[in-house]
Amino acid sequence: MSLLHWAVLSPFLLALIVPILYKLFRQIHTGWFVLILPILLFTYFSRFISLTKQGDIVMESATWIPSLGIDVDFYVDGLGLLFALLITGIGSLVVLYSIFYLSKEKEKLNQFYVFLLLFMGAMLGVVLSDNLIVLYSFWEFTSLSSFLLIGYWNERERSRYGAQKSLLITVLGGLSMLGGIILLSIMGNTFSIRELIAKSGELMDHSLFVPALLLVLLGAFTKSAQFPFHIWLPDAMEAPTPVSAYLHSATMVKAGIYLVARLSPVFAESGLWFWLVSIAGLITLFWGSFFAIKQTDLKGILAFSTISQLGLIMSLLGLGAAALHYETLGENIYLAATVAAVFHLINHATFKGSLFMVAGIIDHETGTRDIRKLGGLMQLMPITFTVAVIGAFSMAGLPPFNGFLSKEMFLASMVNVLQLNIFNMETWGVLFPVVAWVASVFTFIYSMIVVLKPFTGKLQLQLLERKPHEAPVGMLISPIILASLVIIFGIFPNLLSSSIIKPAVAGIQPSLAGPDFQVHIAFWHGFEPEVWMTIGIIAFGILLYKTLPKWQKVTQWIPERISLNALYDNVVRGLERSASFVMKVLMTGSIRTYLLSIFLFFIFSLGFTLYWKDAFKLDAGNFAPIGIYELVLAGIIVIGSVAILFARSRLTSIIILGAVGYTISLFFVLLRAPDLALTQLVIETISVALFLLCFFHLPLMASRKEERMTFKLNNAMISIGVGVIVTLIALSAHSNKLFDSISSYYLENAYKEAGGKNVVNVILVDFRGLDTMFEITVLSIAALGIFAMIKLRLTGGKDKS
Amino acid sequence: MKQNDLILQTVTKVAAFVILLFAVAIFLGGHYSPGGGFVGGLMTSAAIVLLLLAFDIKTVTGILPIDYKLMIGSGLFISSLTVAGGLFFGVPLMTHVYQYVDLPLLGHISLHTAVLFDLGVYLVVVGVTMTIIQTIGESE
Repeated sequence: MSLLHWAVLSPFLLALIVPILYKLFRQIHTGWFVLILPILLFTYFSRFISLTKQGDIVMESATWIPSLGIDVDFYVDGLGLLFALLITGIGSLVVLYSIFYLSKEKEKLNQFYVFLLLFMGAMLGVVLSDNLIVLYSFWEFTSLSSFLLIGYWNERERSRYGAQKSLLITVLGGLSMLGGIILLSIMGNTFSIRELIAKSGELMDHSLFVPALLLVLLGAFTKSAQFPFHIWLPDAMEAPTPVSAYLHSATMVKAGIYLVARLSPVFAESGLWFWLVSIAGLITLFWGSFFAIKQTDLKGILAFSTISQLGLIMSLLGLGAAALHYETLGENIYLAATVAAVFHLINHATFKGSLFMVAGIIDHETGTRDIRKLGGLMQLMPITFTVAVIGAFSMAGLPPFNGFLSKEMFLASMVNVLQLNIFNMETWGVLFPVVAWVASVFTFIYSMIVVLKPFTGKLQLQLLERKPHEAPVGMLISPIILASLVIIFGIFPNLLSSSIIKPAVAGIQPSLAGPDFQVHIAFWHGFEPEVWMTIGIIAFGILLYKTLPKWQKVTQWIPERISLNALYDNVVRGLERSASFVMKVLMTGSIRTYLLSIFLFFIFSLGFTLYWKDAFKLDAGNFAPIGIYELVLAGIIVIGSVAILFARSRLTSIIILGAVGYTISLFFVLLRAPDLALTQLVIETISVALFLLCFFHLPLMASRKEERMTFKLNNAMISIGVGVIVTLIALSAHSNKLFDSISSYYLENAYKEAGGKNVVNVILVDFRGLDTMFEITVLSIAALGIFAMIKLRLTGGKDKS
Repeated sequence: MKQNDLILQTVTKVAAFVILLFAVAIFLGGHYSPGGGFVGGLMTSAAIVLLLLAFDIKTVTGILPIDYKLMIGSGLFISSLTVAGGLFFGVPLMTHVYQYVDLPLLGHISLHTAVLFDLGVYLVVVGVTMTIIQTIGESE
């Protein structure tokens, strides 16, 4: 356990004490306590910048499950550090913002900050783990905490719906990713990412390579809301706005991008990877930007815009894979795509974070986020307006903001695709810049909608819930910091280029980004195609924005009922219906039916196996001699069992059954097993008593009187069948000695190893003590279950109070 | 017909104690002779069940005001603590230790962490049986 381990664990530890702090200091907003941690962590991680800048990697190991090759190895390289800084940096700002956003009187702050801290720790774990299984565990933890945060206002139906949707889709992807991880570990014989990267050459030709690639990508695409899995993100906007800014725009949705970037060295040589990642990215880019225009909810627009921007980064990562097919660095224009991806990732976190916070402020101050009701807030909220302008213009790709720079780099990369002559790009490659350009026009339009609709136009006070005014200072600090970063990164992009971007690119493409590789970001490269494209975007964008009302209907050409959302709803509804159908068929509520099906299954499965494997064997030589005592006891058991069938009342049956049980315990005495005999005797006593108690609860039999059940051939056959099968198996088991009995080991070692002379008891408490532990756990669950069921039935399902 | 269970009640008053003592004896002796937490627990429950049969639930809860659900929890807690205990000393889960000591009156006996584990089992078994019986019995 190193300091790095404690850094990743610290959010979890703090999450443990947050509820206590909340209870103790009700007067102080819990957020203030929480705020300290991300700031500390941010400072801690920024110390690594000087190391990763020189290409160094910090690696700390701790063993967890060495026998399975699963160790908690954290390592900080450029890529991991970039994400760690985003998580802690944006995390600090979001926590600060949430202090003013969530009221300490009305909200369940203890829950909120516990969930948020769980997420922060899990996300740090994802980006710093070297072991894929550890990464996967943290990955699912982020899905879980996202679920809890989306459903934070769980009294709202939409929140619950959104939470469930995000969980179903991201966990589906997570499980498929687990499959991919397992395939990778089969191929490379390791769970470590670094070792897999070292072996990437030999993995390519493995027959499992393509399935592993597809499964891992499914995980990444669902998490990063790539088409067609993007549908969960708009519904996730039901979460409180600080959460949307943090999880659903800056960090969690970028986990998929992180995974693609991290595993690029393993997969990127393959043409399939190049095509899938870049095409999925491009479709998502277009789809998200196009549908953003249709939205009327401010956060809805931002959600679709996030989808679109995630697609943009994803497509750049896909294109960057092409760089691996060119040996020299000098002419390697495709590496620039990866640089653009990393740069845009940072920029997106800054401008989208600030925009989300602006949306939160508007919601907080006016009570609505509907752009049809909002308007003319510019005079009332000048500071918020300024922040919104900076964020939105950066998103639209206008100078001098950072979005302009990365957008130019993006367009340049897309144009460069035209020169690519691998993977059949000569034919379809032309689509790349075209789609990118069209999507950018839409991006420009929705960016204008975000800033112009709420802030300009006519103020309609009668539509707003409360009279708007400028937000409190505390709420403005975080968006102002982010907006200043937008400008700083825009004017001095090279602050980042060698300290952050270059090491991160080196993490994505270690084979290319060697010491000779330099990142330099410039405003002006001369009249290259991307400049003309930007000018075209602005011109067309303004034109289309002005004529928006005339063509906005186009965005509604897909009717609701054939949309992806409807598909999702139908699948979920279908699952629920079939589940309840199966439930109704199987769970009739009659214990007789249950027993019938259990016994039938027992007979057929065991009987069939016995027949199919030809396992029946009778070896009489091994049998113990049968004496007079055994015959007498067996006779008593047979008589008792038959007598149960003919007993007049249930009471008699129960007592005879007890007699049979006592006789069996006498068998144990005969066979010199005092422990078993003792246990059987006591159990028999107690179960008879229990039976007598339950007796009152049994429903009356069919005839309303307590009469013997009529003879049923089916039941007779089933009961005889069970008896026969058990006997056959017992005889075969006794006759087939496949290996030596373990009993001699126990006899030898019980006293030597465990210091006990009663072997049965030593086995129970020592040799197989874990079994006993779980057995008593199961017993406890059963007892509490019975308690709960009976008490609930007594109160008719209602609380006693 | 008025029930007359005088004989049962009188015998129970004596027998229940005998059974209880016997239960404790076989619980403690489990490591060397037949017995152990499971049987001991069952036998203790049997003694309580006998009390329940001879008297009624109200009387018995008056005699033994125990929340058996709490007993389950404490039993599980003790057992899992013994299981996990090894971890604090850098040895695998479920590692037991024992020591032979000479005590006044009791003589040469062994002190064994397995007894702690078995104590958990004992409590859980008593708790579970009595919770079930009491719950079902009360609901009549």
